[in-house]
Amino acid sequence: MPMISNAPLIVLFPLAGFLLIGLLGWKYRNELVIGIVGSGVIFLSFATAVGVLFEMASLPEEARRSTVQLFPWIGTFTGTSGSLGVSVGYQFDQLSILMTLIVTGVGFLIHVYSIGYMHGDKGYWRFFTYLNLFIFAMLNLVLADNFVLMFFGWEGVGLCSYLLIGFWYEKTFTGDAAKKAFIVNRIGDFGFLLGMFLIMRTFDSLSFTSVMSSASVMPTGTPVMFWIALLLFVGATGKSAQIPLFVWLPDAMAGPTPVSALIHAATMVTAGVYMVARCAPLYALAPDVLMIVAIVGAATAVFAATIGLVQNDIKKVLAYSTISQLGYMFLAMGVAAFSAGIFHVMTHAFFKALLFLGSGAVIHGMHDEQDIQKMGGLKKYLPVTYATFVVGAIAIAGIPPFAGFFSKDEILWNAFSSELGSPVLWTVGALGAVLTAFYMSRLVILTFHGKERFDHHHVHPHEAPKTMTVPLVVLAGLSFVGGWLGVPASWGLGNVVEDWLNPVFEPARHKLMLAEHESHAAEFTLMTISVVLAASGIYAAWRWYVQHTDVPDRIAGKFARTYRILLNKYYVDEAYDAVVVRPTQTASDKFLWKGVDVIIIDGAVNGTAKVIAIAAQTVRRVQTGVAQSYAMVIVAGIVAVIAALLFI
Amino acid sequence: MEPTASMTSSILSWTIFLPLAGVVVLAAMKNAQVRSVKIVGCTASVVTFAVSLFLWFGYDAAAGGFQFVERVAWISSLNISYHVGIDGLSLLLILLTTVLTPLALIGTWNSITNRVRDYTIMILVLEVAMVGVFAALDLFLFYVFWEAMLIPMVFIIGMWGGQDRVYAAVKFFLYTLVGSLLMLVAILALGYAASQMPGGQFTTNLLDLYAVGPRLASSIQLWMFLAFALSFAIKVPVFPLHTWLPDAHVQAPTAGSVLLAGVLLKMGTFGFMRYCLPLFPEAALRAMPYVATLAVISIVYGALVAMVQTDIKKLVAYSSVSHLGFVMLGIFSMTEEGMQGAMIQMVNHGLSTGALFLLVGMVYDRTHTRTIDDYGGLAKVMPVFAAAFLFISLSSIGLPGLNGFVGEFLVLLGAFRSTALHSTAYAAIAATGVILSAVYMLWMYQRVMLGPTRESGKYGGNYVFDIGRREIGVLVAIAVLVVWIGVYPASLLTKSAGTARNLIHMMDQMQRGQMPRYAESPIELLPGTAR
Repeated sequence: MPMISNAPLIVLFPLAGFLLIGLLGWKYRNELVIGIVGSGVIFLSFATAVGVLFEMASLPEEARRSTVQLFPWIGTFTGTSGSLGVSVGYQFDQLSILMTLIVTGVGFLIHVYSIGYMHGDKGYWRFFTYLNLFIFAMLNLVLADNFVLMFFGWEGVGLCSYLLIGFWYEKTFTGDAAKKAFIVNRIGDFGFLLGMFLIMRTFDSLSFTSVMSSASVMPTGTPVMFWIALLLFVGATGKSAQIPLFVWLPDAMAGPTPVSALIHAATMVTAGVYMVARCAPLYALAPDVLMIVAIVGAATAVFAATIGLVQNDIKKVLAYSTISQLGYMFLAMGVAAFSAGIFHVMTHAFFKALLFLGSGAVIHGMHDEQDIQKMGGLKKYLPVTYATFVVGAIAIAGIPPFAGFFSKDEILWNAFSSELGSPVLWTVGALGAVLTAFYMSRLVILTFHGKERFDHHHVHPHEAPKTMTVPLVVLAGLSFVGGWLGVPASWGLGNVVEDWLNPVFEPARHKLMLAEHESHAAEFTLMTISVVLAASGIYAAWRWYVQHTDVPDRIAGKFARTYRILLNKYYVDEAYDAVVVRPTQTASDKFLWKGVDVIIIDGAVNGTAKVIAIAAQTVRRVQTGVAQSYAMVIVAGIVAVIAALLFI
Repeated sequence: MEPTASMTSSILSWTIFLPLAGVVVLAAMKNAQVRSVKIVGCTASVVTFAVSLFLWFGYDAAAGGFQFVERVAWISSLNISYHVGIDGLSLLLILLTTVLTPLALIGTWNSITNRVRDYTIMILVLEVAMVGVFAALDLFLFYVFWEAMLIPMVFIIGMWGGQDRVYAAVKFFLYTLVGSLLMLVAILALGYAASQMPGGQFTTNLLDLYAVGPRLASSIQLWMFLAFALSFAIKVPVFPLHTWLPDAHVQAPTAGSVLLAGVLLKMGTFGFMRYCLPLFPEAALRAMPYVATLAVISIVYGALVAMVQTDIKKLVAYSSVSHLGFVMLGIFSMTEEGMQGAMIQMVNHGLSTGALFLLVGMVYDRTHTRTIDDYGGLAKVMPVFAAAFLFISLSSIGLPGLNGFVGEFLVLLGAFRSTALHSTAYAAIAATGVILSAVYMLWMYQRVMLGPTRESGKYGGNYVFDIGRREIGVLVAIAVLVVWIGVYPASLLTKSAGTARNLIHMMDQMQRGQMPRYAESPIELLPGTAR
């Protein structure tokens, strides 16, 4: 198998790019060379992955999975059976290769876009260094054949996220946002770590192959599986910005926009979804946790969407939209619609990368303005950006035949029809869909339509250069046709994505004893309802922001309290600060350090020293240096000893 | 743990005493010959490092056990001998010492300006004592090296330290001395116990005592264990015996801090593995939940207190308390993962924290302030320095791919899987250290390095400039090791595997009651105490 044996190159190309640019870039600051090397290595990865995909497709279904071991990594090396031993090894299967294609494909487009977007920035080389490092880490996360290497990628992408959010480090808020992202992610990683330990304790292994095959013969619903699944999910809520750990993602918008597109929309934030999908056989043993996953996902989908309704920063709207869409993906996972969730990961990568890059083009064209209240009427200045942005908006709103429709609808259908689903989950998901259609339309209208609300003296909107618009057009094309890979079975066409992924998820679904539902009538009905809902969301936005532009202000005035709560994102940040951050700091400072350390322990130490010093001062007087008095003491001592021996 | 006589050359003794050659040369020089003095000091430590590489490449990991063993009668009447040898654990720590000493000297080339010759002598004497501690296979010899280490360190802090150096030096001295005196009593008692064995005689030979200690009656074992453990716990330091550390670190000159954190603290954890566990396994098992609890407290407490420090050096000092807590937890998890993790974590902490102190020293040399609030936006004026600082910080907070992760992961996994600890709570609470370390390091990093640059361009009243080639060279050397251990820890873990396996094997035997005991007539060490 020639392609598979070269498959680790997929991971090594970005590493090479990282090392090349990182070690030489600061010296030879040639933007063109750096841009070409940086994007080129990603393209090579993508091309290799395509080769692997074709080879895989040519094989019979059961022979498509393979692993490649490189070298031993962490272990005890004591030769004891059952002790830890993990390698750097990669696993190529239908799921990991699909994810690899998304990461390298969308990643490549965003690299190309960055050539234009970052032009003239003095940290140009640094940017591409971090970006290549990110792809390297992300591919480790995706392709790892064991939990520990996945964790390496997991934390590695977190580091890149930290570095890139804080890319413009001279600003105050970027440092805050970067630190917050890293620390909140670490809270999730704490869960991931404990989950891994529990897996090791239960299965005596951390390699996917052996854990998953051991899991296939385990009983369902045991407490240990509950905890394993739950702890891993805690990790996922951190990385994929779900309730309660979503708070870092909106702030992460402080980074350059290509970063928001690549890391905080298309790839990294979907890592949690990927991890749950990867561990589907484990989740199949913990139906209770699947229910939690579904509820958290659905709740996050609506919660974030409501915040998205009132935000005025173009990137913040998209950030909350991302959190919301990630919620849909978890909803899919929770009802064991794993393929549907991964399908949404894919379509979301297309249209959300498109929307972010589009917003980047707007920000670029508006001289770093991000407030949509100071935009309006931009469609004539940025025609390509406008057209592609609209495609992305329609796709996310769920209008057929755009990509988002197919993936979102499959999730909603499963949320309704799956034995793990319920009408409640469908209703919540459908409500989120209306909100999504509304806030996206609002965003498009306020940015591109209506009166020009910017200062014409200072701002001269202009279309972005080719390196930026070409990726937009490509992504717009994908956002249009991408969904056709997953046409519902009820339409009588093949669902390519589901068929492709089926062998990966079949064991888990089998374990859950999920039957296929063939009620086409019900599916069509729900599909129609959700399209109508999406359309009404768009219509409402059009009514309120184009026709009766006074309505939004009237509503905001009437429901002032609700509006303020939404505008301030439910005060979650403030609550965390008051309940967790500040008490911990105060207790550590006032009680632990200045209390326990300084007063109690050092007080005891210094006190003892003082007592000894005083005692020594007193006893010192005995040493008079007069031989006679020493003799006296000696005699007294002898007498005392003899007396003691005689009388006691 | 039988010594293998595969290597009989005296390469180990050369490693221990080579720095003394430098001391002899220096003794003939004057303090004023600053440059020559530094060159001699560096040469001596670099040559020592080169010689120690023979140990690294010569140690046969497959054979395991003690190698490079040398034994020369010393005080024959008491069976005390000059007896040295190394296993995987000592090998790692000796290499750590011989790597860090030259790096500390080169990294602080211009930091010391007064009595440079005396200072260099102290550092070299310290190196002899440190390597000696790790190599000794005779308890008396060990004790001599242990105490000998104290003297140069007290002078380094007390003479070349900061404003409160005398208080810090005395505190360090007293803390350590209290512990080591009890240890001396226990050493003598153990030697005496050997003489009470059938056909036995007084000895301080560790390998002989390995057969004596485990056979002692429980109560005796416990007292001896405690005497050793107190001494080691102070050195680690374990909460609540840690308060000498922040003072000593803050007051010590940079090279002193580097060696103090990098090597000296490991003597405590090393002592637990070399002495406390194999000599008194039963007592160690009894003490296990208590020591593990203190280790977990050290991890969380050290991290929380580090978080609120206003002085960079103090922050790093408290972070050491936290990191060494991981080592202790690993040892007292009594699992192979835990032991291996503890050993590699010792090396990792030595490199990372050593490098952190070097970095703090570098910026202090420029600004003469260590107060976090005096900084801000330093990354703009010192970009290379900022990058290096971030890299080492990431190593310190255990980012996978760098060295720190390997140790922390193994330790936590070991503690979590440990059947002897009876609870996963130790590991679960300890794992919060993973979050807290990110909090205190990144918060400090942000306040010092990021944000707007000072308008005046002055820090602590000084204009600053980025680090130069000498400083970069030292940091690159450490960075290479950091990546190497992070990516391919097998090169270290295979060396220490034998030590871990032996200790666990022994503990297992102990737990299963298979340890050969004189159950019918427990040794009456002191009449009336052994029941």
